Amino acid sequence: MAFFAAVNNWLKHFAYELQGEFLLALKTIAAVFRRPFYLPEILEQMHIIGVGSLYLVILTGIFAGQGFALAFSVELADFGAKNYLGRIMAIAIIRELGPVLTGLMVAARVAAGITAEIGSMKSSNQLDAMVAFGIDPIKKLAVPRLIALIIMLPVLTIICDFISLAGSWVIAKYIAHVTTTVYLSAVRDRLIFGNLFIGLLKPVVFSFIIAFISCYKGFTSGGGTKGVGRATTESVVISSITILVVNFFITKIVFSQLKGWL
Amino acid sequence: MIELRHIHFSYTDKPILKDVSFVVEDNESLVIMGPSGSGKSTILRLILGLEQPQQGELIIDGDNICTMKEKNKRKLRKKIGMVFQAGALFDSLSVGENVGYYLLEHTNMTLKNVSEKVVQMLGFVGLDAEEIIDTLPDELSGGMRRRVAIGRALLSTNPMIMLYDEPTTGLDPKATENVLNLIMKLHQEKTIASIMVTHEIIDALRVANRFIVIWAGEIAFDGTLEQLRSSDDPRVKEFLRPFLSSFTEVVQKRFVEGIATENNSASL
Ligand SMILES: Nc1ncnc2c1ncn2[C@@H]1O[C@H](COP(=O)(O)OP(=O)(O)O)[C@@H](O)[C@H]1O
Ligand SMILES: [Mg+2]
Repeated sequence: MAFFAAVNNWLKHFAYELQGEFLLALKTIAAVFRRPFYLPEILEQMHIIGVGSLYLVILTGIFAGQGFALAFSVELADFGAKNYLGRIMAIAIIRELGPVLTGLMVAARVAAGITAEIGSMKSSNQLDAMVAFGIDPIKKLAVPRLIALIIMLPVLTIICDFISLAGSWVIAKYIAHVTTTVYLSAVRDRLIFGNLFIGLLKPVVFSFIIAFISCYKGFTSGGGTKGVGRATTESVVISSITILVVNFFITKIVFSQLKGWL
Repeated sequence: MIELRHIHFSYTDKPILKDVSFVVEDNESLVIMGPSGSGKSTILRLILGLEQPQQGELIIDGDNICTMKEKNKRKLRKKIGMVFQAGALFDSLSVGENVGYYLLEHTNMTLKNVSEKVVQMLGFVGLDAEEIIDTLPDELSGGMRRRVAIGRALLSTNPMIMLYDEPTTGLDPKATENVLNLIMKLHQEKTIASIMVTHEIIDALRVANRFIVIWAGEIAFDGTLEQLRSSDDPRVKEFLRPFLSSFTEVVQKRFVEGIATENNSASL
């Protein structure tokens, strides 16, 4: 019975967290449209998120693109279908790899940073000090991070897409011996509205996930330095898993709705 | 005037404050003492409206903060200057930006005007503005951080009451002296009421003329220094015992000072 009690506890905890995150999400979205607007904070966060994650996203993009291209090219060669490499890579990268890898990398780096920063502000009473001076921490901290993520995550994803496609081009040309013209025209073949739409919808949704989970974990962290450490780990783990799960559902739902355009 | 009426409060299931009532008049200087974890900081958080009591009323200048909307609470907080435990300075902002925080956020004052006021304020709290205005709070000593925090609270608003949470905890004797002198100067020169929360009894005895001892969430004592010394409450005795020798010394010192300055100020 201890097992059921544990499951019950876990479910309760899960429901409680979900409710908290949902409430924070509502408050944050409401605050986006209310004055004052903290433009300098938004720009600062865009810089931290964008520039800070760039190398990580580029590195991931190159190696993931090359790895997939290598695996696919061998398989396609068996069917004499090497010329389709560009199509497969374009679909895989733009719809799935680019958004998911970028989302996970930014979740690892940025979600950890946001939770640690807000958590340590909480444990040193800086959040209370803000409130005491008439500043709403959700407006001042959560909103700029959310907006910066909504802008920067798609940009990083596009960069990741390009780098991955370039990486797989290297494999196509020098290892699979597909000519550049054939590879590029195959890629272009798949640069259609449906794919691009999914490829850009995902990072926008992921940016909400990262922002809400990381801010929530920061605002609710407790128990001093140790508590902040735990909240940071949880923030990365939960936002990564959520991204993977939501990614699946977006692909599934959008796929069935956008069938004609894919 | 601040009035707590039968406040009951808990964060989780465990009751933290049980039926706490007291009144702080304008110009009064009150010290709340008690061991760590007895609920002292919680009282200040309630007064600021950062927490909501489960039962009871908290009246500030005639308004019940417990039933207020957030927007009105924000207005009310302008009357209160809060110095958090360890200062709670914004560690990503410079000392100058910390002290000018309220003006920078809420007014259209030019940067030049704000920085003039900041320099003036840093001078008032006894710090060398030129030297520290552009440094980050991390680079300051504990005592300097408290004084910056006091400056930030004063420049924010025109507080009618200052709340100090453990302003001298962890400071060396010299820094303690400086901070206590600043607190007393504020009380006397600017006639701002103050509530100081501390578990450092000796510091408490220096600044106040009224004392509250809080023990396990209940008010165990509320009165003057003389009444405190002769209190029969076992909780008060237990709390005072470790300090008894220095306590007597301070009381005697204050009596002597009191007699010496009786002609000028009857209140202290
Ligand atoms: N955010 C919180 N959540 C749960 N319990 C808390 C919280 N803050 C303080 N407490 C508990 O409330 C009690 C009183 O805390 P506090 O008012 O900070 O005491 P003091 O300032 O007298 O040391 C302590 O037992 C503390 O553990
Ligand atoms: Mg405390």
